[in-house]
Amino acid sequence: MFDWLFMDEWFPKFDWRWDYTWEILPRLIEATGNTLIAAAAGYLIALVLGLVFALAQRSQSRVLTFVVREFVEFVRSTPLLLQIFFIFYVGPQFGITLSPWVSGMIAIGLHYSCYLSEVYRGGLDSVPKGQWEAAIALNMTTAQTYKRLIIPQAIPPAIPGLGNYLIGIFKDTPMLSVIGVAELIHTANAIGSETWRYLEAYTMVGVIFLALSLPAAGLIRAFEGFVRRRLGM
Amino acid sequence: MEDLSGFPLEIVGENSPMVSFKKVRKSYGSLVVLDDLDLDVAAGEMVSVIGPSGSGKTTVLRMLMTLEKINGGVIYVDGKPLTHMDKGGKLLLANDKHLRTRRSDIGMCFQHFNLFPHMTAIQNCMEGPVQVLGLSKAEARDRGEELLELVGMIDKKDQHPSRLSGGQQQRVAIARALAMRPKVMLFDEVTSALDPEVIGEVTNVIRKLVSEHNLTMLMVTHQMGFARDISDRVCFFYGGKIEEQGPPAELFGNPKRERTQQFLSAVKEAV
Ligand SMILES: Nc1ncnc2c1ncn2[C@@H]1O[C@H](COP(=O)(O)OP(=O)(O)OP(=O)(O)O)[C@@H](O)[C@H]1O
Ligand SMILES: [Mg+2]
Repeated sequence: MFDWLFMDEWFPKFDWRWDYTWEILPRLIEATGNTLIAAAAGYLIALVLGLVFALAQRSQSRVLTFVVREFVEFVRSTPLLLQIFFIFYVGPQFGITLSPWVSGMIAIGLHYSCYLSEVYRGGLDSVPKGQWEAAIALNMTTAQTYKRLIIPQAIPPAIPGLGNYLIGIFKDTPMLSVIGVAELIHTANAIGSETWRYLEAYTMVGVIFLALSLPAAGLIRAFEGFVRRRLGM
Repeated sequence: MEDLSGFPLEIVGENSPMVSFKKVRKSYGSLVVLDDLDLDVAAGEMVSVIGPSGSGKTTVLRMLMTLEKINGGVIYVDGKPLTHMDKGGKLLLANDKHLRTRRSDIGMCFQHFNLFPHMTAIQNCMEGPVQVLGLSKAEARDRGEELLELVGMIDKKDQHPSRLSGGQQQRVAIARALAMRPKVMLFDEVTSALDPEVIGEVTNVIRKLVSEHNLTMLMVTHQMGFARDISDRVCFFYGGKIEEQGPPAELFGNPKRERTQQFLSAVKEAV
């Protein structure tokens, strides 16, 4: 009944060649470095900008709050891929020509900063009002209160959410392949088109992503525990 | 805009009060919480505020700490307007900068302590002096340790609030407020969130402040016995106004107003 599954002409496609796998592995590992750099750089941008956006949405200035909120909403409702294309291909029409790497980092950093700003916002809102009142009673400025009291207390509850987006950004780095950033998928594509063998390259890319993503969740939980202990919370 | 021309730009004189509420109004929407309140507190005086729930006791302290905006009248501290500023001989609503300079005379302790949970007891006490007063860490630490000693918390100085009992947290909160060297201290039901057996450790600290320090204090409390013991004067609040006030012996021993009598007998029954 399932004979067709085992027809001879299917089998060659499933033949896995270890010698070939070892041959392409160094190139894939090198590309893994690029993927990690892209994820880390994009995430750093998002961590900083996300906090800036979150704070801006709490500012006294209605205009600033409105503009930032709308911008965040806009970025969150449009695809990352479109944003990457936009910065890389449309930018030059306005005289802004950026390398694939720079465009990619800006796009992915900006995109994720909008998601992170929501996570930060939740953390900032979770700090009790009494902390603000105590700060006023000590005559601290708003800036001092944020820096010394509110942000440090907002971070621990935000870590799980921030961590999820670290994994998210890591898995979204393949989108940078479309503008020629030599990360994992881009490299696997190149290998495949050179040899017409895709099985090993894509499989190994999957294994690499899996191997790096799986421990991440545990590490993030451990990191949250560490930060909470450090802050005595 | 409110006409404040009848209010003085400054209260001068030998016996000018440390704190002065003049016709202070506060409302939330249509709910009037403080109704043309007049209240003076002399320098070094300990005034207790009692009254039924919702009578505006907490609001009085929060207004003085500038945690709430004023809707009418003027509050003066140490003779100078707190809620307003003198702009060319006219009183205008205070801006942030004015509030920051004037409220440095005032410290406050809250019902729920509001310690900074990510800092140890001593760090809580050093935060204001270092960040706001510009003391060096060493100076702030000395000052903080001295005050933690005063409130009996020196051996717990490196503990975070989560490791302290309610009574211990409240004592650290008192030390933290005192570290700013305020002229006026505000206590809002500082023992209400505490287990009965630890109330004494906090009231004893306040007793010590009254007898050994020349602070002006305004204390909201539901502990009538304590108020009677340590106050120079007790104010009974009712509906956003002072219904009756006087020395504790008089107010508790021989209340004149019917509402005061009702309140005090209701409180007595509840005990
Ligand atoms: N932020 C607010 N918004 C609206 N109403 C408020 C607000 N804060 C206080 N009120 C109201 O103002 C009135 C006075 O409140 P206040 O906290 O001063 O009372 P209190 O005398 O301290 O009472 P309690 O003994 O229960 O602490 C109450 O009716 C309260 O509901
Ligand atoms: Mg109250």
